[in-house]
Amino acid sequence: MSDLTKLTIAGARDAMRKGETSSAEITSACLTAIEGAEALGAFVHHTPEIAQDQAAAADVRIKAGEAPDMCGIPLGIKDLFCTKGVPSQAASRILEGFRPAYESTITSQLFDAGSVMLGKLNMDEFAMGSSNETSVYGNAVNPWRRGNDDAALTPGGSSGGSASAVAADLCLAATGTDTGGSIRQPAAFVGITGLKPTYGRVSRWGIVAFASSLDQAGPMTKDVRDAAIMLGAMSGHDPLDSTSADIPVPDFEAALTGDIRGKTIGIPKEYRMDGMPAEIEQLWADGTAMLKDAGARIVDISLPHTKYALPAYYVIAPAEASSNLARYDGVRFGHRARLAQGDGITEMYEKTRAEGFGPEVQRRVMVGTYVLSAGFYDAYYNRARRVRALIKQDFDTVFADGIDAILTPATPSAAFGLGEMTDADPIQMYLNDVFTVTVNLAGLPGIAVPTGQDKQGLPLGLQLIGRPWEEGELLNVAYSLEQSAGFVAKPAKWW
Amino acid sequence: MSIDTETARRVAKLARIKVEDDALPALATEFSAILGFIEQLNEVDVEGVEPMTSVTPQRLKRREDVVTDGNQQEAVLKNAPDAREGFFAVPKVVE
Repeated sequence: MSDLTKLTIAGARDAMRKGETSSAEITSACLTAIEGAEALGAFVHHTPEIAQDQAAAADVRIKAGEAPDMCGIPLGIKDLFCTKGVPSQAASRILEGFRPAYESTITSQLFDAGSVMLGKLNMDEFAMGSSNETSVYGNAVNPWRRGNDDAALTPGGSSGGSASAVAADLCLAATGTDTGGSIRQPAAFVGITGLKPTYGRVSRWGIVAFASSLDQAGPMTKDVRDAAIMLGAMSGHDPLDSTSADIPVPDFEAALTGDIRGKTIGIPKEYRMDGMPAEIEQLWADGTAMLKDAGARIVDISLPHTKYALPAYYVIAPAEASSNLARYDGVRFGHRARLAQGDGITEMYEKTRAEGFGPEVQRRVMVGTYVLSAGFYDAYYNRARRVRALIKQDFDTVFADGIDAILTPATPSAAFGLGEMTDADPIQMYLNDVFTVTVNLAGLPGIAVPTGQDKQGLPLGLQLIGRPWEEGELLNVAYSLEQSAGFVAKPAKWW
Repeated sequence: MSIDTETARRVAKLARIKVEDDALPALATEFSAILGFIEQLNEVDVEGVEPMTSVTPQRLKRREDVVTDGNQQEAVLKNAPDAREGFFAVPKVVE
């Protein structure tokens, strides 16, 4: 078979079962593609020996029959996941040299199912960023370019390496994590599918924590079917994560009938932002028409507290981050600053954290420290948690009124140039998450599906938001949208 | 709300991040911008609304109060920048 790296998970699964190819062959093709794609900055730690061993074992299982769907599938793993014996540093200097003695629950589940790890993927430091420009490894680069302009574009963030690797066919799929949009925004920027599950659907154990009440891992894949397959392998109750839900995991792939007749899709008026580019407006209108043509009922809805989602997020996420990142103290793992004569333990903490954390992480840790400090806790943190309750209530209300899924744009623009936002103030960058962050605050499942291209040829995506625990139904609506949109464009190879 | 350099210094100290004196004014300006953005939350009527504690209505699971893990001193110390004789080593704390 030719072009093995272009296979989807479903395509590879079926071809391996028919004996048309093997995991060893696909894995070797991916490893070659990765070697030739250094310019994308996607893979930051390479694990070819692990990959080849896992592929050989997978081929034995597939030959024996009854191998799980994910068996033999070569994946990229976001650097935020702890992988046993393999560098796992959340793209931060402070975790330099850290090699976990344990495996995250999600990577354990994927490897137990026979999946193959090609290596670790670039990301924003501690998943804080929307452009992959805060990484200690340097930028990940979007395989897409604007027409004939060779300016390097961002693959989005924080799962920028995952997005770039999947879009460039370096791996069949990748893991991502999403705290405010970090799966869906990069997926939209590179024309792939990215799913953030319901909070509690997948285990957070062994994933470096950013904001624990918002963090959720999910699949980043070439299409909706693959998202369904991979989500199934990542999901399930984990006693090691007290917020992971002890509920059955349905067969998500079986939910993909493509039939959405009689479903009710909500179009929230608050997502029509001032100054929204005409292309995004058009994309949203087109997507709405596609779902209508497929037999869904379209209803205008209101989510009145949408405007307050970003400010609430920028209290809650930094507050949780300042607490979670307190563990990076130069004592137990990672970097410790060289100390001067007479320096005590406080100087050790302060110098270690100043050297180990990049500017955006320092900024968020300090903002979080401020909003949690005595005298401001009520005014900022508790108020933000109250607003969060209202944002969730907005969604509860429309779902109670019979809405099955909500359609919105995934991002306010197409991918922007690396370095273009350098001089903007941090809030300009934060606005990238304006359509995605509500979903994290309300704990809902959300999926970005590529549905069009802008006039420079860059991919654009729409977001569907589902009811809690109804990923199957959400994926089915996404599947219908995907079929109608017929997005098949691929970036021209320049790397 | 405007943050002055003294407040920025205090926050950096609380966060245990060393910030040089000449970097404090810029940091204070950034904080002010971010807090200005956050202040939109004051427009929202939150009277009678409980702060959210858990996004999914669930009771945390209980388990038997028994030891389930341990005896991993070597693994625990393996990644330490400075470990000696089975302990984490840090600069002298007691004068």
